[in-house]
Amino acid sequence: MTADIESFTTPPSPEDLAADLTPDHGPRWHRLPIVKQLRTSVGLQRGMLITGLAITGMFIILAVFAPLIAPYSWAQLRDANGLFGSQQPPSSAHLLGTTVGGYDVLSRVIWGSRTALLAIVAALVLSLFLGVFLGLLSGYFGGWIDRTLVVVADAIYAFPSLLLAILAAIAISGGQSNLKSGVLAAAVSITVVFVPQYFRVIRSEVVRIKSEAFIESARVIGSSSARIMTRHVLRNSIRTLPLIMTLNCSEAILTLAGLGFLGFGIEPSSAAEWGYDLFKSIEDVTSGIWWTSVFPGLAIVLTVLGITLVGESLNDLADPRLRIRRAAGGKRSKQALDATNSVQTNQPEEAR
Amino acid sequence: MTAEDPVVDVRDLHVTFATDGGDVLAVRGASLRVQPGEVLAIVGESGSGKTVTARSILGLLPETATTSGAVLLRRNTDTGSSDVLSLSQNALREVRGRDAAMVFQEPSTALNPVYPVGWQIVEGLLAHTSLSRAEAQKAAVDVLRRVGIPDPEARAKYYPHQFSGGQKQRIVIAQALVLDPGLVIADEPTTALDVTVQAEILELLRRLPTEFGTSVVLITHNMGVVADLADQVAVMYNGEIVEQADVRTLFSAPKHPYTRALLDAVPRVGGSRQGAQTTARASVADREAAPVVEAKGLTITYPGRLRTAGFTAVDHVDFAIAPGEVLGLVGESGSGKTTIGRAIAGLTPVTGGSLSVLGTKVRGVSERKLRPIRRKIGFVFQDPATSFNPLLTIAQCVAEPLVVHGVASDAGDARPRVDELLEAVQLDRSYGERYPHELSGGQRQRASLARALALDPDLLIADEPTSALDVSVQAKVLELFVRMQAELKFACLFISHDLAVVDIVADRIAVLHHGKLVEEGTSAQVLDAPRDPYTQRLLASLPVPDPAEQAERRKAWRTLTGASAN
Repeated sequence: MTADIESFTTPPSPEDLAADLTPDHGPRWHRLPIVKQLRTSVGLQRGMLITGLAITGMFIILAVFAPLIAPYSWAQLRDANGLFGSQQPPSSAHLLGTTVGGYDVLSRVIWGSRTALLAIVAALVLSLFLGVFLGLLSGYFGGWIDRTLVVVADAIYAFPSLLLAILAAIAISGGQSNLKSGVLAAAVSITVVFVPQYFRVIRSEVVRIKSEAFIESARVIGSSSARIMTRHVLRNSIRTLPLIMTLNCSEAILTLAGLGFLGFGIEPSSAAEWGYDLFKSIEDVTSGIWWTSVFPGLAIVLTVLGITLVGESLNDLADPRLRIRRAAGGKRSKQALDATNSVQTNQPEEAR
Repeated sequence: MTAEDPVVDVRDLHVTFATDGGDVLAVRGASLRVQPGEVLAIVGESGSGKTVTARSILGLLPETATTSGAVLLRRNTDTGSSDVLSLSQNALREVRGRDAAMVFQEPSTALNPVYPVGWQIVEGLLAHTSLSRAEAQKAAVDVLRRVGIPDPEARAKYYPHQFSGGQKQRIVIAQALVLDPGLVIADEPTTALDVTVQAEILELLRRLPTEFGTSVVLITHNMGVVADLADQVAVMYNGEIVEQADVRTLFSAPKHPYTRALLDAVPRVGGSRQGAQTTARASVADREAAPVVEAKGLTITYPGRLRTAGFTAVDHVDFAIAPGEVLGLVGESGSGKTTIGRAIAGLTPVTGGSLSVLGTKVRGVSERKLRPIRRKIGFVFQDPATSFNPLLTIAQCVAEPLVVHGVASDAGDARPRVDELLEAVQLDRSYGERYPHELSGGQRQRASLARALALDPDLLIADEPTSALDVSVQAKVLELFVRMQAELKFACLFISHDLAVVDIVADRIAVLHHGKLVEEGTSAQVLDAPRDPYTQRLLASLPVPDPAEQAERRKAWRTLTGASAN
């Protein structure tokens, strides 16, 4: 603040002294992306973040440890006691019942999370790298590269993503739908849809950062374009990525499920997939067999909800104007707190 | 309404903000009184709590603020007063505009760009009074006339962008005055304006107590403005009011050491040459050698869009900078001074005439050929907050030029030289580990100077290096700059809008006006005996931090500009 006034003769205030000590950055893990937000959040935003993290964590645990958690395999039709039987209501042997094809619903829901996670990872990796790279190039150099890429990105916006996904599914799988081609089809179509979004976000950030004084100062120093892009622009332009990454994740799940629901998904024998199970349970709904559709549906909804909650709260916490903070003063001067509370809650209070 | 009742009475005000880094005590126990018809100036440096204090009078604090104490504001409707801090939102809305109004720093953002200015004033009137639209229309035109907008009937239908900055500020003031409030709070009302326009707005603000019967709370960091306008002065430091006195007493006999330090730090035109402030600096210019920078008929035109003509920012300018010489480039915003600095650094292409920098003609030269020149040029930017990459430490930032030009292989390798540089600009070497946002503005600007000097340049371009800094910090940075220049003997183009600052550092001064060079000469020639009428007006508009002298200067300014004296 005013630590520079050396000529000022009175003893410096505590703030001035504090400013002269080397600042405490805290332990390194306190500055990791999600940990940092978790520490700064309060109230509703904290609740949202924790709920989202819990659901997402649950999803990831299920996906990683599916072989240990699931009672049966995804394509298992029989055990030592013979066939499971089709459309069996929930029982002690099959906690969530069995499907029309005779599979165990619980096992397929748990194994399905593994397929969903694979789709997310593939979609993220593909679209993130391509989108960020193109956005950086386009935003930094401008000119005809920029104009062409923006036009292409706009054109892709006009395509319905599911149609692209179906085309990709047919092109990649060539009619045979196993785990690899099914996941890849969803991932590729999501990539096509999301590359323009990453591209847009990164490009606008880069355009903004390009005009900042520290980029000018790097140019005056004589830095090469490659150095400016990697050292100065890139790291400063990826702050908004977490939000769009969570959107990307949930969109990947929805597209995979959508493909499965339309029958372009993965065969039940090669992997469990929630959308496919929903597709097969349409007839069950009218005949009162609820367990075959509710649980895969719930899995989709909860996973998307969890990821979206994380994304939304990260977004709110990243913006100082949206971030809720602890009230100032703590236990200090209750009457002061009352005064502000009455102003904030709009209570009509007669002026003295 | 008895005359003795203060318009506003702030008693023991405390304001605390909740931030990520814990609570910040912005104001601690401030007490103020403003009598009717009085101008109270609250002065202080950034972060001193002056704006927070003034904003709490209107209840304009963000939700993260917690307040205690009392702010008694006299009501315009009866003789009583209300405690702003305990009012509900609805009651606050009534108070704002009617009992007290606010004039903001940046007039271009205080007006809504999509509505005519007259409409905006009428809206305020209709919200608070029972006037009909026609009556309100008339009142709006009337108040515009009183603040000096020519032809107000027609101009009321204009949109904000059709007015100049000074006129916009007049309109903002009109908007504040239209409900006839007892108090106008002006938050840095002239900071965003050029010096010549500032003089006109100060003239208008000066008329408020006599012509409109309003008291004024003026928030400013500019001691010249205080000397020009204020009756009473409150000096804030670190959230506390350290001194409160009438303006003449404060300037002639400041009691608190902080006030004295603040007054001493204010640069004055001619101060350095009279030896009153700092020892006169010895010029290290070498006029016999070939000039470092030579411009002949330099013209820089920004291209226009689609068949509109381009904008000529710099128009046939001739100047030269000898090795070791400091050329001060002075002008108002839009005069092209920054463009010249950027052209020399190769950031803006030269479109006409010739410009040679360190023996290379830069017009139309490729980036590749510029690189060896860049090694010999240092650049200090205006805003120290944005000129550092926020993700690199200070040491890494300062090491950048060394790494880029192959002097050091990486930031760690450059560290000994970086430490040397940091110590040369009086920063402890431990500051190298910090991130830019962990330094104060003055410290950052010193680090910026260290980075510019890393390769021992022959030429330094300083673009308003101190205009974002507080006066006391500015004084330190300027002192450091003068010392470094005498030591390292680099040539320098020092760009500033502040004549007093340029006077401290420059050997010669060039004055720019609308892209043309109107006057050039040694500091003594330009500042003591200006020949060009624009330079004369610029000098007369500059408020000096001395109430008695400023009163004299104001008279001289009025005769020069033909403004009517009241």
